[in-house]
Amino acid sequence: MNNANKRKLFDSIVWSASLLFAFGLLISEASAESTGFSATNKTWSTECGSCHLAYPPDMLPAPAWRRMLSGLDQHFGTDASVDARAAAEIGAFLERNAGQGRKRGSDSGTLRITETRWFVRKHDEVPTTAWKNPRVKTPANCGACHSAAERGDFDEDAVRIPR
Amino acid sequence: MQRFKSMAAILLAGLLALPGLQAAAATPAEIQKSLESAARTSTPGFSGFSAERGQRFFSSTHGSDWSCASCHTSVPAQPGKHVKTGKVIAPMAPTANPQRFTDAAKVEKWFKRNCNDVLGRVCTAQEQGDVLAYLMSVAK
Repeated sequence: MNNANKRKLFDSIVWSASLLFAFGLLISEASAESTGFSATNKTWSTECGSCHLAYPPDMLPAPAWRRMLSGLDQHFGTDASVDARAAAEIGAFLERNAGQGRKRGSDSGTLRITETRWFVRKHDEVPTTAWKNPRVKTPANCGACHSAAERGDFDEDAVRIPR
Repeated sequence: MQRFKSMAAILLAGLLALPGLQAAAATPAEIQKSLESAARTSTPGFSGFSAERGQRFFSSTHGSDWSCASCHTSVPAQPGKHVKTGKVIAPMAPTANPQRFTDAAKVEKWFKRNCNDVLGRVCTAQEQGDVLAYLMSVAK
């Protein structure tokens, strides 16, 4: 192989490596986003989890999440607005993982998880005094009784109602 | 040489696309500086920020139920608690929590949200700078 050919070969190797690297980055970014949709999503957990538990997406149906996202500037009395990019990412994540089926998928019009029929039914044996306990404070405080709520674990056997 | 330059450009472009490198880290002093240049143009007769004024602003209500201290406590070296949800909020004072005021976009986002909640409007650069001056003055 003469020198000119060697240089050509070297060139093509370096070019291919650079292009592969660049494409690799593109692909890894795209897949990072799509694997995020399946279980957790960083933007969702950061944004939705800064003032309260990042409530699992399957606790409300997709139309409710859509309404929620379109009114974040007046989110239960506070301004929880996020930038357009974050809103789009969170919206897609919620949509994909929203509640499905007869119970979790039906839209009763409420944006409060605690007002959905499935929530009310699941908690119908919780005494009124427990809700009023200052250590519970609000039914939205899942972690007060569901100690593993942060990890998305709401197993009934792990429930400890504070006294 | 030219070919290496183009290759380097592609590599550099790729590296810049890495998500981690996009968030520019800042210091509270840098954020203070940019608030200062904003205040110079928006506040007539601007004469600097005052930690004392910031403290008053932080602990007072502004026409509604909440003050900044309602959630962040009047001792910002201590963790606060969201007055509505009860969620623990990490301390606001950079001495106690070095992550505070190191991300300009985050600072802007939270000033917008919280000022809307506490004052029903956005805060001026003067007000934001005063509050930051106060928080930076808080001892550990």
